[in-house]
This record gives sequence, C-alpha cells and structure tokens, in this order.
Amino acid sequence: MSALPLPAGDALLWRPEPYRIERVRRDLADTFSLDLVPAGGGAPLAFRPGQFNMLYAFGLGEVPISISGDAEAGGPLVHTIRAVGPVTEAMRGLRAGAVLGVRGPFGSHWPVVEAEGMDLVIIAGGVGLAPLRPAIYYALRHRRRFGRVCIFYGARTPDDLLYKAELKRWRGEFDLVVDVTVDRASHDWAGKVGVVTRLVEGGGYDPLHTVALVCGPEVMMRYAARALLARGVAREGIFLSLERNMKCAVGLCGHCQLGPHFVCKDGPVFRLDQVERLLAVDEL
Amino acid sequence: MKRLTLDGLEALFAALRGQGFELIGPQLRDAALVLGPLEHAAELPVGWTDTAQDGGRYRLARRPDRAHFGYVVGPQSWKRYLFPPEEVLFRARRSGEGFALDPAEPPPRRAFIGVRACDLAAIQVQDRIFVHDPGYQARRAAAFIVAVNCTEAGGTCFCVSQDTGPQARGGFDLALTELCTDARHAFVAEAGSAAGAALLDALPGEAADAADLAAARDAIAHAAAHMGRRLDNAGLAEALRARLEHPHWQQVAERCLSCGNCTMVCPTCFCANVEDRASLDGDSAERVRSWDSCFNLEHSYIVGGNVRSSGAARYRQWLTHKLAHWHDQFGVSGCTGCGRCITWCPVGIDITAEAAALRAG
Repeated sequence: MSALPLPAGDALLWRPEPYRIERVRRDLADTFSLDLVPAGGGAPLAFRPGQFNMLYAFGLGEVPISISGDAEAGGPLVHTIRAVGPVTEAMRGLRAGAVLGVRGPFGSHWPVVEAEGMDLVIIAGGVGLAPLRPAIYYALRHRRRFGRVCIFYGARTPDDLLYKAELKRWRGEFDLVVDVTVDRASHDWAGKVGVVTRLVEGGGYDPLHTVALVCGPEVMMRYAARALLARGVAREGIFLSLERNMKCAVGLCGHCQLGPHFVCKDGPVFRLDQVERLLAVDEL
Repeated sequence: MKRLTLDGLEALFAALRGQGFELIGPQLRDAALVLGPLEHAAELPVGWTDTAQDGGRYRLARRPDRAHFGYVVGPQSWKRYLFPPEEVLFRARRSGEGFALDPAEPPPRRAFIGVRACDLAAIQVQDRIFVHDPGYQARRAAAFIVAVNCTEAGGTCFCVSQDTGPQARGGFDLALTELCTDARHAFVAEAGSAAGAALLDALPGEAADAADLAAARDAIAHAAAHMGRRLDNAGLAEALRARLEHPHWQQVAERCLSCGNCTMVCPTCFCANVEDRASLDGDSAERVRSWDSCFNLEHSYIVGGNVRSSGAARYRQWLTHKLAHWHDQFGVSGCTGCGRCITWCPVGIDITAEAAALRAG
C-alpha cells in the first residue's frame, strides 16, 4: 500500500467551480465575450496574461478558453469565445445570470514582466487577439516600462476584426503603434489588405531589443516568426501561443502533445526555440 | 522470507479477504488469461501457460505440472483497476441557476494477486503520470499488491532490456516466487511493506532456507536468460528524436491498421477522453474519463482539422512518446518490456524491431 502523498488541492483537479455570467458582449457574428464572477461570491481566480481556463457548460462539455481580460483589474474573468462546436454554441445562447463551471487558470504565460525595458511587438491573427489582450493591458498599465509598443493585427475581413472599439482607442494613443490589415475586403474598407506578417516590416521597433508575442493560426505564426527573424529579432525573444486538442488541461489526457511538450501545461505560450524544430515537422 | 505451501497460498487469499479486500487475479476466460475477481487459489489458471507468444499470436497450452503462476501476462494489465477504461470523475446536479457536485466516492479496496515485475514497473510509471489525479491516488492507496516473480519468459517479453524484471524489486506488499518441481510445490514469500510483513507473519509456513532461496534465484535467472525479445535502449531516445522525418514511419504505416490495440493493452498508455453527459431531464450530469488512443484520428482534433491525419504520424507519435518523449515528461521510459503490444497487434508489428530499424536507418 505504498501511495504517493496527495498534494493539497488535487482533490479539486477535475471539479469545476460555479461562476455566474455577469455580462455578455456580442463581439462578432460568431464570437462573444463573457464576464464571469464566482457564483458563491468572493474574488475571481487570479491569472497571468496568456493563461486559459476550462469552461464547463453543465452536462454538455468543457472547452479550453484563454482569459482575455485585465489580470490586474481585479474585476470579473473575461473570456472571448468563438462558437465552433456544440459546447461553445451552447455558451453563445447563455445570458447574464446563467452559471458556468470554471477550472483554472492553466498553462504558461506571456513574459510581459521579462519584456520590460524592451520594445514589445504584439502580432495577432483573428481571435488570436483574445489571449494577447491581457498582455496589451499590461503594457498599457505599465507603459513607461517598455520602449516602443506595436500591435499588428490581421483578420480575414473587416467584419472579423475583434475588439474594434478598443483597437481604435489604442490607435489614438501617441505612444502605441497599431496597424491593422485584412485578407479580403469589400469596397467600404480603405485600410490595408494583406497578410499580417507584412506589418512586421514596419513599426519602427528595434529588433535587437524586442520581445514579440504572437498568437493566431499556426501557419500565420510560422510566417510571423520567419518575418521577425528576418528583421533580426532573436529566437529567444519570440513567443508563440499554440493550440492543440485539450481534454483535461493538466497533462493527463495526452491529446495536446507536441513532441515532449504538453501544450496545456508546458504551453500554451512557448519560446520559439522550444518548438521551432517541432513545428517544422508535418503532422507532429 | 517465508516458504508457503499451497495451503499457505490459500491462507493468504483468506487473510486478504478477511481484511476486506476484493481479490483480483489472473483467470482463464475466452481462451485467454484475463484479470478478474477471485476468492480461492484454485481459481487461478492452474496448469496453464501462455509463454508461446509472438507478433500477433497468443495461444494457451497445458503445462505438465500444477503451477499456479506458470504463465506471463495476458492482454489485460492492472491499469484497468487503477486507471479504469471508464471512470466517473464527478457527478453533478442542477441547483437553482447553478450546479453542485456530489462528493467523491471512496475507492474499492483491492488486492492485486500475481503482479509481474513489468506490470509493477508500469504501475510505478503511472504513479508518476497520475501524481495529482485524486481518483487514481485513492485507488492506488487502497490497493494491496502481491507480486509474482517470473520463472519463465514469454516469446514477446523483454523486461530485462527495460531493466524492470523478471524479479519484482520493490513497490509490492508481498512478492512470491513459485517453485514447482516433482519434488515440491512451494512459494517463497517476501514482504515489501509493513502491511505485507504483518500479513506474512500471520500465515502458516516456515522460514525459507538456503535451498529455497537458491532455487528461487535460479528460477528467476532462467526467466531472465530466455527473454523472447530485446530492445537496445542505449542512445535510443536521442536517435528517435533525430528521426522524426525518417521514411521508416511510412513503412510501418503500410502495415499498421491504426486499430489502437497496442495502446489498449499497454500498461502505461494513459491517453483518455473526457466527456460530459447529462441525464435526459437535464437535472443531473456526470463527467466520464475513458481510454483513448493516439491511433484514433480524433485524438489530435482541433478546429480546422486533425493534426495527425496520416497513420505514419500516429505511429510516430506512439513510438516516440513511448521511447523518447516519455523520458522528457516523466523521467522514465514509457515501455516496461511486457510485450503486449507485440502479441496483441493484429499484424504483429514489433516495437523492438521497429525501434531497431529506425535506429539503424
């Protein structure tokens, strides 16, 4: 009967905590944001920019969703969710007052503290802006601790641009570079058209003193990393947030493996040199 | 060390039952040796053996003697009792706008009878994986382990290569070595824990003498000398990490059916689906964990497509995880040399042969 000791807290490993939806925002046709507060009162769990939670719809299922609010505001937990399957579709139908289960926070985080003193380049594709927003909030809150701060954002069409009002507000700041592009546009779009990786060439940041945070489709991240490297940003300064199938978020279900890594607990945020070779192998 | 007779073995079973344990051990069913509940030593596969295993081949045969443990391992491992094929992680009920979770149920107390060294090592591997899993740890803490040292080797065994057997070296409560000759039939019993020692003290039997110990040693050495397979682990993990794009993956994929048998019989494989289910009226729900396999297409599902759509990619995931990345993740190999994946592969794909071919290429 030789058993390993059970560390405190493990009894809750699989058990979601009830959180009440305080507010629902309709971001895009298929994308919405939920503000969550503990149903039993008290403060929402603390997290670091880039981490995610498992959100549970009672009896339906659980999905990994990045936390997209301000880690230092102490307000509700904010999750921006794209409805792509039965669980997220069901969540789209929920209104304020409904209760979801929350487990978390899980995973690694953006190195925002380590990036202080450097130029910060944030590159997002589509809903990839959601896991990056807490890093943007951190940079805005502590603006003087950073050099140049650039946000490069690409979406498929103008209608797919997330957090549009905020983007416009950030774009109005004198000390932020915000550049937006879309893959396809109709005649009422006078902005840039093209892939987000092209924006990497601008921005006026100093590649030798830059930390870049990248989140979007994997192929977009690979091209973004290539563009950053081509501009002279060091491998050690480039961070990506990866997506893989996740059923547990605690390294137990095996689905999210990428070579030696469990994306759920070793990631989702990786330094480029940790995963560059693995990402280059097809179907790994 | 104590020498037990057959009556002593039966007394051990009775003592464990008396302590409230459900006994689980090997038994003959559907022409295979499988694990299940038993009460008496006579329910073991007495006089049977399964050592003539090969790639995709498993046949039972009668032994000339009445050995109670004269076989190696069947398709099932103890994994199914510590990390069950299907397990309820929690039950929940609607309450008002929200929900409430039922308290966790206490684990069953089980005594595992006849755990081989390879499977004992596999339990220790899963102990590392599930170190934070409350259900696993509760079942593990409630289990009493009676190991059996192998005195014969099977055709697909390679525990010697994996340094896990054929002798159990810790992690058990009791370990038995069966001595079954014309002259005598006895079990040399060794305690591996305080609970095991207390139990052994109370059993009828004499102290094992030098001849018993020598006979036990020789029998285990016989098994060690007759391994059916061998795997050269030196530098293997590095070699596999460097061969992620080797053409041999495709050659294996041309034979592999992606059936997942290897992962189901493997005593260390731990991939699992987690599913939430609701009652028809929607008032209660449960979360169920069930075995999954990296050979299933949906295993790597993400919105937009499956990461590992080809059979070659899935076999590569399994083999490199087992023999290379497991070291990075858990500090040990994911393979304990039990040979089940070879025996139970319908087309006889042999992990030792594929690893050797990859290393050579």
